[in-house]
Amino acid sequence: MAERIIKLPDVGEGIAEAELVEWHVKVGDIIREDDLLAAVMTDKATVEIPAPVDGKVTWIGAEIGDTVAIGSALVKLKVAGEAGAEDAPAEDAAPADAEASEHAPASAPVPVVPPAKPPTADEPPRAMTVPRPTKTLSGASAPAPALPRRAPGERPLASPAVRLKAREAGLDLRQLAGTGPAGRILHEDLDAFLLRGPEAERKPGLAEKTGISEIKVVGLRRKIAEKMALSKARIPHITIVEEVDVSALEDLRAVLNKKPTPERPKLTLLPFLMRAMAKALAEQPNLNALYDDEAGIVRQHAGIHLGIATQTPGGLMVPVVKHAEARDIFGCALELNRIAERARQGTATRDELTGSTITITSLGAMGGIATTPVINHPEVAIVGVNKMMVRPVWDGTTFVPRKMMNLSSSFDHRVVDGWDAAVFVQRLKELLENPATLFIDG
Amino acid sequence: MTEITCKLLVIGAGPGGYVCAIRAGQLGLDTVIVEAGKLGGTCLNVGCIPSKAMIHVAEEYEKAAHAAAGKTPFGLTAGAPALDFAKAVAWKDGIVGRLNNGVGGLLRKAKVKIVQGRARFRDGKTVVVDTETGPKVIRAERIVIATGSGPVELPFLPFGGPVISSTEALSLAEVPQRLAVVGGGYIGLELGIAFAKLGSRVTIVEAQGRILPLYDAELTAPVAKRLTALGVEVLLGAKARGVALSGDALLVETADGQERRIAADKILVTVGRAPVTSGIGLEELVLDMDGRFIRINDRCETSMRGIFAIGDVTGEPMLAHRAMAQGEMVAEIAAGLPRAWDKRAIPAVCFTDPEIVSVGLSPDEAARAGHEVRVGQFPFAANGRAMTRDGEQGFVRIVAQAQNGLVLGIHAVGCGVSELSTAFGLAIEMGATLEDVAGTIHAHPTLGEGFQEAALKALGHAIHI
Repeated sequence: MAERIIKLPDVGEGIAEAELVEWHVKVGDIIREDDLLAAVMTDKATVEIPAPVDGKVTWIGAEIGDTVAIGSALVKLKVAGEAGAEDAPAEDAAPADAEASEHAPASAPVPVVPPAKPPTADEPPRAMTVPRPTKTLSGASAPAPALPRRAPGERPLASPAVRLKAREAGLDLRQLAGTGPAGRILHEDLDAFLLRGPEAERKPGLAEKTGISEIKVVGLRRKIAEKMALSKARIPHITIVEEVDVSALEDLRAVLNKKPTPERPKLTLLPFLMRAMAKALAEQPNLNALYDDEAGIVRQHAGIHLGIATQTPGGLMVPVVKHAEARDIFGCALELNRIAERARQGTATRDELTGSTITITSLGAMGGIATTPVINHPEVAIVGVNKMMVRPVWDGTTFVPRKMMNLSSSFDHRVVDGWDAAVFVQRLKELLENPATLFIDG
Repeated sequence: MTEITCKLLVIGAGPGGYVCAIRAGQLGLDTVIVEAGKLGGTCLNVGCIPSKAMIHVAEEYEKAAHAAAGKTPFGLTAGAPALDFAKAVAWKDGIVGRLNNGVGGLLRKAKVKIVQGRARFRDGKTVVVDTETGPKVIRAERIVIATGSGPVELPFLPFGGPVISSTEALSLAEVPQRLAVVGGGYIGLELGIAFAKLGSRVTIVEAQGRILPLYDAELTAPVAKRLTALGVEVLLGAKARGVALSGDALLVETADGQERRIAADKILVTVGRAPVTSGIGLEELVLDMDGRFIRINDRCETSMRGIFAIGDVTGEPMLAHRAMAQGEMVAEIAAGLPRAWDKRAIPAVCFTDPEIVSVGLSPDEAARAGHEVRVGQFPFAANGRAMTRDGEQGFVRIVAQAQNGLVLGIHAVGCGVSELSTAFGLAIEMGATLEDVAGTIHAHPTLGEGFQEAALKALGHAIHI
């Protein structure tokens, strides 16, 4: 029997450390070559670490959320060697230290696996180790007051006498949970409900909840947290909100969207904004820049690489449309759709997730009236799109309904003056309100 | 013209109306009830009660005839029975009369004023009644429409001559030699079977593919079998066309498109009942309707404030006990009590041979309603009491929610099972689960044990099967 130490391999990208985001194994697991051991996260990509040999896990070197240096020990395996003795059965294994606790029950009793019980198909050896309960503070496991659990429209189950008593008491039985068989509401349930007093009657179905769930901030969520904190701590934001009349733009968009083809997909508002930014940034290259505040250098980029803030199942990600200045409107739309989809599916590469020089953030119909976008550090500007709605606008003689949309844009006030910021926002407004100008070169 | 003013006016003294009036009287409401016919309505005079009386006579007669033919398995023989049919009808009329008087007595005891005559709405608060002593105007704070229903007439088989409704069938002077029954629903079958037992040659003509189409086929199969044994001919998928010119036969188009002549002394048409909504001045009120019926909410309120409707005039199921429960509820609402319709089940019974009881959902209905169900069925062939009564056909069937055993429906077919409707109804109304029914001691030897066994079967551990 020999011991083999698996070290965190160099996952590329020239990094020195990576964050452990997922364990696929725990102490006691028997693994085969190429089984996945763990996942680590570098700047933005997640890398899976496979097992190089067969063996049994005897030690794991980090907890989820820990930062592990490249080359440090990650897992110790017992592998078949000269000693030759067979491993102890899996069910004798001690509780794993770093097991993910998603599947653990909320209550704490530790089930003792009867040793005589043979493993069945339903219970692979891995499932027979004792699961670690979710960490909860005291009070969390106290029985919460029962709330009615019925399908919508389902009538509460109660005997005629209980129904009558409730009606006489002016009580709607739908507010009550039944403790009887099949959820039947008993006289006792009714009495208990009535005893809770007039306040409980006024606020039926409301109950105090104790209990606190601890959720570890790891992986992508931690990256987001760090980036946001960095940006807000370092960058004095200045935010300008300007309204844009997009009626003409919407008319144009409707015409363009009449006959979509795979090469000319339906356009949302974003490709127009991308084109408008490409044009405006050509005139104000100081906004298409990265500010290295430690070195004291602003690097203006000739290429316009638009970060697109995208909500994914894992959290906020910023895939990048590279060289927006070299793409026409359909080119912008196609690339935008492609990278956003890859980000949502978790298949975006590191390259597709880095290199932006300015960012767009849009929540579509959820976009609110105004927002205060947080700059994607070390960029110096971000453009936020708010929701479009029809608003009455005074045209000099009367109110007319116009499709209005606000842009909320933030700038790094250290390197961008308010005047420059205002000029940029006004230029975007001008371009978007006169969409023909978007398509005039030069 | 005399005028009466009252708190509550009930139009129609059928089971819905009279129960409503009695309960209102008990609650101290100044109540008037108007009835054009006899107290007790269809149910008591020309429906439930007299038909059950005649069914009983027929049963007893058939038993005697069965014994006379030496067909009992237990060796009883008897002389050929003779039935004085006029006396049987008089006996039935006697029962009806006693109940009429009983209802009258109960109404008076509750201090309800009874007005005989036909009522017509003048407006939402006023009704004019044509009484023997002239028109009477009744003003009421609240009015309950309980006008009931009447037999549906077929345009090509108008009532009159040999064509009769259930009303006439219950007061015939003699047993018809040949009886054709149009409509194989429960009324047609109850009366058809009774007359078959009394010696009529009965033919039942049903337009649909099976008898009692409102019940599931499993439940009606024992009845179909019994019809065959009684020599009743059943034409399924057949359409009545009219009376032969000679007046002694029913013309029928059979399922295969053939024209057929069914010789008949009487043609009983039982193709359903229609609500009585005309002739009472409803057009003065313009109430919201629900098809042919008056639309009501869960408090039996119509679209007009202060006007309630109960019973057959408000829709299916057209059953006396539904009307009674509605009547009681409306009286309590009129007295200012908080009430609403919250019943879980309305039992239905067919007094055929064998009898059928249906409470709640059938397996198909439960599945259609989206329930995952567990079904337990117990045959009376394995029930001691059914054997000792010489009535082993039929079964009890229980339908429950799969996940928690909540009983959704209970059905039975068999001799004398109508009385089991009590237990079935109570179980569903109380929200019983399979375990509740299985855990209740059922007296031995009774048919009711079949109920417990059906629940045990659904739980997977019936004892006697």
